[in-house]
Amino acid sequence: MSLCQRCNKAQATVHLLDIIPESDEKRERHLCEQCAAEEGLTTQKHESINEILSSLIKQSSGAPQKQDLTCSQCGMTFREFRANGLLGCPNDYLAFEKALMPLIERAHNGGDRHVGKVPQGVGGEPPRYSKLAQLRRDLREAVDAEDYERAATIRDDIQDLEADDG
Amino acid sequence: MTLTIDELVKRVGAWLGGEGPYADIVISSRIRLARNLDGFPFLSKSSDSDRSQVYRVLMESIAELELGEDTLVVDIEDADELDRQVLVERHLISRQHAEGEGTRGVAIANNEQCALMINEEDHLRIQGMRSGLQLACLFEEVNRIDNEIGQRVRYAFDRRWGYLTACPTNVGTGIRVSVMLHLPALKLTGQIEQMFRAAKEMHLAVRGLYGEGTDAVGDFFQVSNQTTLGQTEKDIVEEFASEIIPRIVKFELTAREMLEKDRSALLDDKIWRAWGTLENARTMSSDETLFLLSHLRMGVNMGRCKDIDLTRLNQLFLRSQPAHLQKLEGRRLDGEQRSVARARYLRSILDSHN
Ligand SMILES: [Zn+2]
Ligand SMILES: [Zn+2]
Repeated sequence: MSLCQRCNKAQATVHLLDIIPESDEKRERHLCEQCAAEEGLTTQKHESINEILSSLIKQSSGAPQKQDLTCSQCGMTFREFRANGLLGCPNDYLAFEKALMPLIERAHNGGDRHVGKVPQGVGGEPPRYSKLAQLRRDLREAVDAEDYERAATIRDDIQDLEADDG
Repeated sequence: MTLTIDELVKRVGAWLGGEGPYADIVISSRIRLARNLDGFPFLSKSSDSDRSQVYRVLMESIAELELGEDTLVVDIEDADELDRQVLVERHLISRQHAEGEGTRGVAIANNEQCALMINEEDHLRIQGMRSGLQLACLFEEVNRIDNEIGQRVRYAFDRRWGYLTACPTNVGTGIRVSVMLHLPALKLTGQIEQMFRAAKEMHLAVRGLYGEGTDAVGDFFQVSNQTTLGQTEKDIVEEFASEIIPRIVKFELTAREMLEKDRSALLDDKIWRAWGTLENARTMSSDETLFLLSHLRMGVNMGRCKDIDLTRLNQLFLRSQPAHLQKLEGRRLDGEQRSVARARYLRSILDSHN
């Protein structure tokens, strides 16, 4: 009985012989079912979208600080999202943008922006979220560029827009 | 007069009509759009009051649309368990919606060719269904309903990410095009795995009869897109209508020709064994029924069995399911009672056509 070389927890049931092309070197690997599936080495016949997603999420879990991201609007954490695969509110796309980006690109075969229809909106007004999201992005850029004067103006605009909704 | 679920059970929805292009192989076409309301959290972070507000706002908007007199609105939270199951069996709501919690519902219109689910995984899911391969007109209808609701509520939308959905796998267009195929010859000739592999390479998902996480029983497969970002709705629909589905249909037809030419005895044996069992069995499970009806359907579509037509056959598919059986019998039945009732029902239909 040997333990899985990847998670060191479950019993290894999948045994592989990797041949590394450049060196002709052979490497034995022993993995548990789950780890093998996560590495895409075995195929489950009827993977659900959520299963695919959660494996994508787990694969890209390299940077630990991503887990601690929290959405100020709904309280969702990136760790919680990783556990159940569902986001808490529209603002999560912004709050977790950097961490979500690689997951989204993989889930959508490289697609990284919307090119489809745009809602006509109520009375031609763009959705409040769109405006807020754009402003929050502008704010982040302004802070990154250390343009604090501009950042302060944007922050006021955000506060006005949020108060409107109150 | 408003429609009820009891009346629904007596009908066969228009999308099971057995008509439309490629109807011998394509059972049905479906398109759904996932939408959420701006200013509300997604359902995982919604309070009971958020949920009820979303429900009310959307039901009011839907009531303003001219969806036709036969519109049926079902409050799923209040609905009887058997009624929920009837809606799942008719593919009008998902299993997830039937088994979920909290305020949620569905509005069914246009002879069951349109179903609007509220508070499923997203606030709103607009779905359209058609018999055979009819994606272009279907998208037009779904898109029109989306525009009309979009004039009444504000959708959560972002210029970069498009329509924002609870699960990032749906973000962007929020569209899922899904085509239900009957592929018995690919199964019999052992080529179905090849189709799975090709589908995977094209970033398509292949699932069983009832969608996500279900097994393929009786050679029925749902093929759907997984990419909702970086492609327009029209491109996705167009690719299914003119490339993906015609290619799979051709693959199945070639396999059918091969069976007819080289294995006709085996083919007829499958078809008539299915008939014989369905006509004579005294107990019958759901899975076995699907498996046998699949072979019978193949016989009808290949012109080798002329004793039953596609409409009657579709009726058998629909009404031999557990909740439909119990509704038709007018009482609750346990597993064994259902198997007996199912066999009796199948015999009664097939006998009268003998
Ligand atoms: Zn492991
Ligand atoms: Zn949030």
